[in-house]
Formats: sequence, structure tokens, C-alpha cells
Amino acid sequence: MRVQLTVNGESRSFDTKGSESLLFALREYLRLTGSKGACEQGECGSCSVVLDGNLVCSCLVMAVDAAGSEVLTVEGLGGSELHPVQKALIETGAVQCGFCTPGFVVAAAELLKETLSPSPEDIREELAGNICRCTGYGAILRGIETLVGEA
Amino acid sequence: MISQVDTRPARGGVGESTYRPDGIPKVDGTYTYSSDLYMDKMLFGVTLRCPHPKATIIKLDIGPAVAMTGVHAVLTAADIPGENLFGLETPDQPILVGDQVEYEGQAVALVAADDPEIARRAVEAIEVEYQVQTPLTDPEAAEETDSVFHRVRCRRGPQDARGAVVVEGYYEVGMQDQAPLGTESGLAVPDGEGGVDLHIATQWTHTDRDQIVAGLGVADEAVRVHHAGVGGAFGAREDVSLQIHLCLLALYTDRPVKMEYSRAESFVGHVHRHPALIWMRHEADPDGTLRRIEAKIILDGGAYRSTSDSVIGNAVYHAAGPYRCDSVAVDGIAVRTNNPPCGAMRGFGAVQACFGHEAQMDKLADALGMDRIDFRIKNAVRQGDPLATSGQIIETSAPVVDLLERVRAMPLPTDLTGEDPRHLPGGTGLTTSLAEVSRGVGYAIGIKNLCFSAGFDDYAEARVVITPFGVEVHTAAVEVGQGLGEVCAQIARTALGIEDVVVFYDDTSQIGSAGSTSASRQTQMTGGAVLEAARMVRELALHRGGGDELDSEGVWRKGRLVTTMEDLLAHGNLEYHTRFHHPPTDQPDENGLGNLHVDWGFAVHRAVVDVDAELGLFRVVQVDTVQDVGYMINPRSVVGQIEGGTVQGIGLATLEEIVVKNGIIQNPTFTDYLLPTFLDAPPINVEVVEEPSAFGPFGAKGVGEPPTVSSTAAVVSAIRDATGLELNRTPVRPEHVALPGSPI
Repeated sequence: MRVQLTVNGESRSFDTKGSESLLFALREYLRLTGSKGACEQGECGSCSVVLDGNLVCSCLVMAVDAAGSEVLTVEGLGGSELHPVQKALIETGAVQCGFCTPGFVVAAAELLKETLSPSPEDIREELAGNICRCTGYGAILRGIETLVGEA
Repeated sequence: MISQVDTRPARGGVGESTYRPDGIPKVDGTYTYSSDLYMDKMLFGVTLRCPHPKATIIKLDIGPAVAMTGVHAVLTAADIPGENLFGLETPDQPILVGDQVEYEGQAVALVAADDPEIARRAVEAIEVEYQVQTPLTDPEAAEETDSVFHRVRCRRGPQDARGAVVVEGYYEVGMQDQAPLGTESGLAVPDGEGGVDLHIATQWTHTDRDQIVAGLGVADEAVRVHHAGVGGAFGAREDVSLQIHLCLLALYTDRPVKMEYSRAESFVGHVHRHPALIWMRHEADPDGTLRRIEAKIILDGGAYRSTSDSVIGNAVYHAAGPYRCDSVAVDGIAVRTNNPPCGAMRGFGAVQACFGHEAQMDKLADALGMDRIDFRIKNAVRQGDPLATSGQIIETSAPVVDLLERVRAMPLPTDLTGEDPRHLPGGTGLTTSLAEVSRGVGYAIGIKNLCFSAGFDDYAEARVVITPFGVEVHTAAVEVGQGLGEVCAQIARTALGIEDVVVFYDDTSQIGSAGSTSASRQTQMTGGAVLEAARMVRELALHRGGGDELDSEGVWRKGRLVTTMEDLLAHGNLEYHTRFHHPPTDQPDENGLGNLHVDWGFAVHRAVVDVDAELGLFRVVQVDTVQDVGYMINPRSVVGQIEGGTVQGIGLATLEEIVVKNGIIQNPTFTDYLLPTFLDAPPINVEVVEEPSAFGPFGAKGVGEPPTVSSTAAVVSAIRDATGLELNRTPVRPEHVALPGSPI
């Protein structure tokens, strides 16, 4: 089955057997490996992408259901320069092993787009769907806080 | 002791919070983790695992799988060319089960196929019949029947010492998973000459190599282990998981083969933190002087040995905590059961011990009518004291009193749980009423040995090269995310006065072992090796250039540039290769005494927890911590280690446990094995004490494990403080608080 969709502004297509997730298709068929698989059941947020304007866990979306959609992955966030969220996370040391980082980057960028001045409690709540095992979240919070009110 | 080197300062040297070189690729998604590896025409490997914790294979027919289109290999124990055994310290586990299964999920057969789906279906097509047996799952029964990996006995001082005030307790620690976000994965590429290149997320490439070549029956040189991007480790990657399997499949098929565990497979595919049963008895004089410590610790090692012998040693030697006491009796037993194998996890035995000794110290202070901190300070070890268990004189910095004083002085949160329902225990479900919430405060302090102990020849190799394009640092050490690469670069910059430094992670054929990225050891060991090599290469440069100082421009004499870098390197690069050893340690004598450890780190935690005792809900409000770090080579990374390690300990206190029933893991998913999220992790206030270590570059100590050792005990102490309950088991579950006394 041929699936056509827009990924990071480009028209892309792949053949699917029908049973694969969007995450699998992004990683294996389109070789966009920035989105990570860590739990395969929507608990950890490592596979976060924006699908038609909504933040989703791409491991929970069937690839066929993304046909005709617009998908934004971590690879499409920055341009020639890093996205402010990406810069901020580097600056506060929010990156250790980094496996959760693409998911946090996508989710935090989306949060800052939706909410101009999130409080620390808002940030904690909105990003509670993204698990980080390395940092204890402190540096991630500090990084995102530097961007609050800048938009 | 290695001290400051006399060079012109280069930017980005030690003491600065420089940025890690892998930061940009990690935020933009281009960093290549082992699970991102790809080659044209690669096959996908999948493992057949036994669903029973104890069984004999009575039939194994791979025929249906072999016959499937797209299947290139189906391997069983009969296909292993070398010895069918592996193990980190002792080879005792079959690479593939021959006939006897000893734990749930043990690997029975391997398939390589054109895509993962075909490989999974082929695994399902393999016909296996098991004769299921009754597993041994009770660690106390295992001890009684002498199903034991290792016993450690420690007796120090007069054994008849007594105190007037006595407290006794029985404690349990659940099985924690390291849960690195990246599951086990790798890519093996055959070289066409009978050898293989393995690209793998691991903690120690050289021990992987040694175990692989034994299984393949080939020479060391035939296998090259390359360090691929690691998605967290925390001990889970110290043992071999899929390394040998991948190489077997690649050599058999003569094709590149990739494997990647699912989360559920990862839970049975690596060792866990040992669950512990602990009994302790502490005695003190009425003035609060500790007189006698007795303990018995049983760790469930599961079905195979892994590092159980070392973990039980660590639990025993840290059982008294960082306290003075001249009469000690500790027995440790690592038992063998049919539960999941246990081995290394951050804290390595000291976590379990700390949960016991800190509960005891609270109890004893209360029994004495003393303030809990005052009581700890009164008995705290100081530099120059013997460790209560082994008797080894603590020659390294040991600012235990300072840590305790400082954490006490840190401000407590003043705001009670407020109007924001997100601050209530249990969150926004509107189930907790503010009137039911009580607040508790708990303290705990821990001690952790740094680097390998007990006579192990611990070393790390490094090569430092000055080239016309800058400095190269070569190492086989594994960067698991902690920031080792930048630490090595900073050390080289300071030692050489040259800013342009790149760290190369060599494969096992290019350089000797750096030892494991574990035991909080790499900053001191590989960092020490880099400093030693850099100092030597600087000496070579000064000698060749005829001067007294070096920087990126060249060699200087009395403030004047006498040899440019171009001239200095006109006849070739300057390089030095070293193998750095830490001061030697001894094996314990028959009483468990001796100079077993080379260094220690200490950390203290204070936890503030709000509890709704009626509903059994709790929320960690704030954690304050002070850690003994020696010297901070990269302060930002140190804080990151302390915060992250603290939250892993909070996880063990409040959420994290692999629930095993009759040898079967009940919760092998992130839906059922709960990790701390952003909402579970409190604000953490971090302070450090910098007093130089016994050895280590610029006085640095390893910092990775101490934050995980004491945070669990502090959080549970705070819940006890809020509720008045005994709570002798971690993780604390809602029913332990809401329904105390009910079976757990």
C-alpha cells in the first residue's frame, strides 16, 4: 500500500504492509531516525511528532492513517540555525544520553507555540508525557524557562 | 596525587561548564544511536525466548522457520562454534540454551531474516516443547538450601561490644530496572575473512569483545567492537545481551545483521538491581556513640552470576554507612534462584545497604532522644578514620560532617501545599483534600566506593596526539551520556594549553581497554589516563621545541615563542600512549578486612514529602542535596549527574519495581513499570563540597553513583516522618501507607 504524506514540508511516500506505525515508517522507510522508539506504547514521548498540528506519539499512529497528513519531526524544526528550544536545552545541560531529547524538543516547541508564558508547573504538566531517565528534568525545565515570554 | 600542570591556560579547560560536542547532533536528531544504524542489505535478528522460569527443552524443531521465505538463519546452541558460555565476571550462562532453562526469557534460538516482521514470524514458527519445572523463587529458601553464588563475611573489632540502646529492623528493597530509554541494539558486519565488526551500545567494549571471541571460537583480532551511540546505561549494558547473538548471525549469514530489543524484551534481556532482604541491629551508648553494628543482607542474584559476587561485597562493606564503629559483624549472601538475573545498577549494592542503615540511624536517634542530624554528625567518619567494616583507613577526602551541616542549613520549603491542585499528592484528580495532607522531612547520607575494588587490576588506556590540526584524544571508554568525552577534552586542553581537542572513541583493535563506564570510575580512570598521556606528550613537545611552555602557537621559552607548531611537528605528530592504573587494592582477608577500596564519594539528601495517609498518596515536594565531588571538571555535568541520580533514587522510593511472581516479570512495559515523570520529579537544590580526592585528575571524584545511593532512603524517611509508619520496604506503595499491616 502506497502512503503519500508531507514530512517537514516535503512530499514523501513509502510502501507499507499496513501494520506499521508512523514511527516505524519515519525511521525505517524514510530514514528519519531523529524520532526514537523507547516504549512502543505512548508512555515515554520519545517518538513525539506534530501530526496536522497536533502533538502525537508517532508509535501510536498507524502509518496508513497518516496518509495525506502533514508531519513535523525533530529534523524539520530547525533550519539553517537551531530552533530556540534546541539551543536552550544545550545551554542548560538538558542533554545527557539524548535519547529523549528529540521528543522533548518537539513537545516543548509545540508547548511554547500554544502557550506564551507557561509557568514552571505548566511546563511540568505539559511535558509529563515525555520521560527522561538521565537528567531528573531540572535542566530541561531550566532550559525551557529561558524561553518563556520570548515568543 | 596528580596535581595542576604548569601551562598557559587554554579556554575550555577544567573547571568550566563547557558544552558537550554531542549536544547539537542530539538536539537536532542527527546523533546516531545504535538503534539508528543502517546498512544496505542488512538482515534483522530476533531472539526466541523461553516463557518459563525453569524448564527442560524436550523438543526444538527449527524446520518450519528455516523453510520460510526471507529467513536466512535459524541458530540454536548446536550452532555455536566456540564455548556456549558468557558472563561478565564468570562465564556461567549459555549464549543459547542447550536443554535447561533457568529464568524467564532466556534465549533459546536466533533468527535472521529480510525484515523484522518475517524474523518475528519465523521465531513463532519454531516448535519448542518444554517440560516445565517448579522454579526456586524465594531467596531465603535459596539461602537455606545453599543455592548461593557468594557469601561475604565481615567481622571487625571485639565481637562482644554492646550498647545500652538497641534498635533492630528488617528491610526490603524491590527489584529496580535501569530502564535506559534506548533498548539494547546493535549492528554486526562480517568482514569477509571470518571476523566481524560489532557496533553496539555498551558500557565496556573490551569485555564484550572477550566474551564474543570465546563464543565464536576466534582470535581476539577477529572481532572489533565499536562504541555506537548509547541511549543511557546505568548498569544495564555492562553484561552481554545481544552482542554475541549478533556476531553469530552475521558470521553465519555473511550479511550485516541488526537487532533491536522491544521494551518488553529489554526487561528480560538485561540484569537488574538486586532485590534485597536486610536485617540490621545497631547499638549505642546513651550519649549516642555507636558501639555495635550487625547486619545480614540477602541479595537475590537470580539465575546467573553476573556481578552478584561484587554487588554483595559492596553491600556488606557499605552496610555500616559513613559512620565510625569499632565492632561490626556483617554477613552478605548473594543467592541463586530462578528469578531474573541481577547485576549492576547505579549504586551497586550501596543503595540497598543505605536503605537499611539510614532507617536504623533514624530509629536509633529517636530511641536516644537525639536530633537525627546531630546523631549522624556525632558518629560520622572523618578523613583518617577506619571504615567500620573493612577497617581500611579513609585517606581520601571525607567531608561527611560538612555535608550534614550544609544540608541542614539549606532552606526548607515554606509554602505548604497551596491552591494549585497539581501540588496535591496524587495530582489533579481532586481526590486529595488539603486537610488530609501532612508533610514529612527525611535525611539520609550514603557512601559509595569509586572505581573497581578488592584487588581488581583497574586500568584505562589513552593516547594523546598533537597534530597540525589540533589535539586528538583516543580512548575505548564509552560515553553513555554522562559527558565523559567533554571531560577528557577539558583535561587535555588544560594539560596542553591547546584549545582544539577532539576525542576519538577507538574500537577494540585500535587501543587497549579503558575499563567499564561504571563504578563512577571514568572521570578518574580515563580522565587520569588522558591527563597522564597529555602531560607526557607536553614533555615531549617541550623537549623537542626547547622551551618551558606549550600552547597552540608552539613552544615558548621565558615568554618568547621559540618553536612554532609547524616546526614542532615538521617531522611528524607528537604522541603518547599510556595505561593508567589506580593505586592497588587488596582482596579481603578471612574476616573481610583489608584495603579493599581506592576511593569513596559521599552524598547527603534531605527530602520533603507531602502525604495523604488516608489515600496513600504522596508527592515529593523538594529534595536538597550536598555531594562530595572532589573537584568539578565540568560543573554543569556534575549537577546533571546529581539531579538525574537523585531522581532515579526517588523512583526506587516511590514508583519503580519489577514485580516478579513465580519467576515471571509481571510488568515489562513502561505502562506498568512506572518511571518518574516531570510531575514526579521535585525541584532539587544542589550544593557540592570540593576537597581533592585521593587520586584523580585535578582532585576530581566520580560523581555518578553517590546521588542514587541516599535519595531513596531520604524519601522513605520523609514518608515515615509524615505518617509515623514503619515502612520498611521500598518502593513505598499507596497500600503500604493507606492500609498498613496488610499483606504486601
